[in-house]
Amino acid sequence: MKLELRGITKRFGAMTANDNVNLVAEPGQIHCLLGENGAGKSTLMNVLYGLYQADGGDILLDDKVVKFAGPGDAMAAGIGMVHQHFMLIPVFTVAENVILGHEPTKFGGLLDLDAARKQVREISDRFGFEVDPDAIVGDLPVGVQQRVEIIKALMGDAQVLVFDEPTAVLTPQETDELMAIMKQLRSEGKAIVFITHKLREVKEVADKITVIRLGKIVGEASPKSSANELASMMVGRAVDLDVEKSVAKPGKATFKISNLSAWNHAGTKVLDDINLEIHEGEILVIAGVQGNGQTELTEAIIGMHGKTSGSIELDGKELIGKNVKQVLDLGVGFVPEDRTEDGLVAEFTIAENLMLDRSDRKPFAKGISLQLGYLKKFALEKLKQFDIRAQGIDSTASQLSGGNQQKVVLARELSRELRLLVASQPTRGLDVGSIEFVHEQIVATRDSGIPVLIVATELDEATQLGDRIAVMYKGKVIGVVPSSTSRSVLGQMMAGISA
Amino acid sequence: MNKVLKNNVVKQILNPSSLVTLLAILAAFLIGGLLIAFANENVQTTAGYLFARPGDFFLAVWNSVFGAYDALFRGSIFNYKAIDSVGMIKPLTETLAYATPITLAGLGMAVAFRSGLFNIGGTGQIIFGAMGAAWVGFSFDLPAIIHLPFAVFAGVLAAALFGGFVGFLKAATGANEVIVTIMLNYIAGLLLFYVLTTPLFQAPGATNPISPEIVASAKYWRFMGDSFRINASFFVMLAMVAAVWWLLNRSSVGFQFRALGHNPSASKVAGINIGLNYVLVMAVSGALAGLAGTSQVLGAEKFLTPSVAASFGFDAITVALLGRSKPLGVLAAGILFGALRAGAVIMQANQKVPIDIVLIVQSLVVLFIAAPPLVRFMFGMSRAAKKAVTA
Repeated sequence: MKLELRGITKRFGAMTANDNVNLVAEPGQIHCLLGENGAGKSTLMNVLYGLYQADGGDILLDDKVVKFAGPGDAMAAGIGMVHQHFMLIPVFTVAENVILGHEPTKFGGLLDLDAARKQVREISDRFGFEVDPDAIVGDLPVGVQQRVEIIKALMGDAQVLVFDEPTAVLTPQETDELMAIMKQLRSEGKAIVFITHKLREVKEVADKITVIRLGKIVGEASPKSSANELASMMVGRAVDLDVEKSVAKPGKATFKISNLSAWNHAGTKVLDDINLEIHEGEILVIAGVQGNGQTELTEAIIGMHGKTSGSIELDGKELIGKNVKQVLDLGVGFVPEDRTEDGLVAEFTIAENLMLDRSDRKPFAKGISLQLGYLKKFALEKLKQFDIRAQGIDSTASQLSGGNQQKVVLARELSRELRLLVASQPTRGLDVGSIEFVHEQIVATRDSGIPVLIVATELDEATQLGDRIAVMYKGKVIGVVPSSTSRSVLGQMMAGISA
Repeated sequence: MNKVLKNNVVKQILNPSSLVTLLAILAAFLIGGLLIAFANENVQTTAGYLFARPGDFFLAVWNSVFGAYDALFRGSIFNYKAIDSVGMIKPLTETLAYATPITLAGLGMAVAFRSGLFNIGGTGQIIFGAMGAAWVGFSFDLPAIIHLPFAVFAGVLAAALFGGFVGFLKAATGANEVIVTIMLNYIAGLLLFYVLTTPLFQAPGATNPISPEIVASAKYWRFMGDSFRINASFFVMLAMVAAVWWLLNRSSVGFQFRALGHNPSASKVAGINIGLNYVLVMAVSGALAGLAGTSQVLGAEKFLTPSVAASFGFDAITVALLGRSKPLGVLAAGILFGALRAGAVIMQANQKVPIDIVLIVQSLVVLFIAAPPLVRFMFGMSRAAKKAVTA
């Protein structure tokens, strides 16, 4: 079945999220929709899936105009969607999840689970998914959960499949497997729309590439284009994806983690005997699939994790047992992974956010009286120094783009006297321009002789930014390797296989 | 999820547009008017022959509603029918006298709301403030310059400790402050009743639960004379409006309160001591409610009785919400509520309108504020119209 979007326009108030967008996906082809976060990709797909109603334009299936009032209509017409965030119920089995919303029944209205199991097994066998219909979804690895999502999409005999940023949560191996599945679906004659901002994946599977920027289609590209060419199209100016950095000149190892273990509230071990060292003037990247203890590790360092044992030393001082304030006062800069939740107060102004960690002391306060004059001067200076694009220092954090929000967090953390910088996924969800800026700042921090710890979930970032890479798997450090290590070796380590 | 939901509800209540607030008050008075008409005997009688003489009916409706709101005005702002000038201005001073404890306690609730804590314990904290102040007020005989401040301090301290205890429980055990404060209201109320039957608090020779009279040196000065209930605690209240404004907007302590209120997890990551701030917020909140208690027992009344907190504890919550938890807003809302309360007395005495009508109007105001779409619907405003008006 051929899918065509013709002149789709979608507005939210004064903002035009999709402006006269045209897109054609042919059967037996993988069509990549490439664009930065916020370019309007997801809006477009939500229009296609009936979640939003377009303000203009048509959706055509096999050259016939169709109207979708909701996802139910879209599914019935043969469109399947694999969402970025899985729409699965963790405590249900695979079969139960797959039939959710259109449960097959037998005589007397009883749920016919056997039929569901059979259907799951059929699809699983046909595509080699190896999914057990009776497995509890919550127990399955993320990659397999995603296959359950795909089965769900295929159950309605979908002919057009939309994958919305499907690789964000996968290991490199799982990503490769997904690519293989997509190719197989293509050979079965499905039309596939693959939404992503990851250039490597685009180049690997795409038959056609459409680039979207600020809600408009900026053109089509060939899968043979170089990554830099694609990135430039996506961003709208020449970009250099490589991180500019000189060879590290590591000094003394001033930050040491020894035999660190930690337990969560349920008493499960979440960090298992971690040993790491970071030298002055060196970037150590913690690589690994999200949820393998990285969050707990950074929490333990800044004094937010409850039950821990072992030792974390900075400049010979023990951090374990200190509270967040004491840790920050020892010169730890912290960029949290979720900046809107943990890094900023959305309702506060830029200026207020810049003094969030030091509001109770000089020079921001005399006694308990806030020095608003000083704050204004300070904020204006940081606004300029960190190139924060905003109406002014009194704009609230919630009015800023993700990139500018992250610059506010960096400006705050880097304006203290630092002895260690910890940054968790510092470029997550940022546009290419902001990523460059954040990387520059991190490298500059390293070059000023400060040990830097970065948590990265994307291998490209890990290898480009890191001087050394420590791979975490299930709360353990599987190994520490140089950043020149090959992707395949790192990928294996991320799956728990020691190098 | 629950936390997110709760925060959203709080945000919604704290951020209605000024227009919605005004319309909510107007709508509440309109519906209140309907109820007054329904409850009026003349209206009921004339409704019996509505079709025969509709004029009688509508006249009766007009008379009942106009009469009631006229009495409300005369009882709360200016009594143009009074025989002398004292009688004319007395209503306004009554309004301000009632507004004083309501606003003080409202400021306390506002500080808690701005910090993300739902303090429902105004009643209990007022009681503790009143108990502390009354005990010092009737037990000692000191020069006024020491006695009054000492009594006020005792009340504020008692209430701050009582409030701070809630913050401590929340910080140490994660207890929900809503439930804890509600329960402590009962404990405080029953404790007050109990101590008023012990020799420590009960007036010698009294058989009912009442304290000895507060010594004159511990009373707030009735600066307009003894026939007016308004007293120096009114100025304390005005000073507190300014002080709370300064605390929230110009001090590092208030900055941390607000940070905590908007985003506790970012506050924690920034090194703000959450537990300590819970204790501080609740202590400040309790202290302000305690001041309301001192205003009651050392100002408006002369004895400590079990009903010292009246409905001020819950009015305070309403006033804080109505004033969007901003000090000046709380003051305005406090005066509105003071006026309703002062006027209600006259309304009941002159027009036989049940005092409950005023309570209903108060409740309706809050109900409408909490549901802006309802107000917009009632006044035929679409979302776009609202934007055009407020822009």
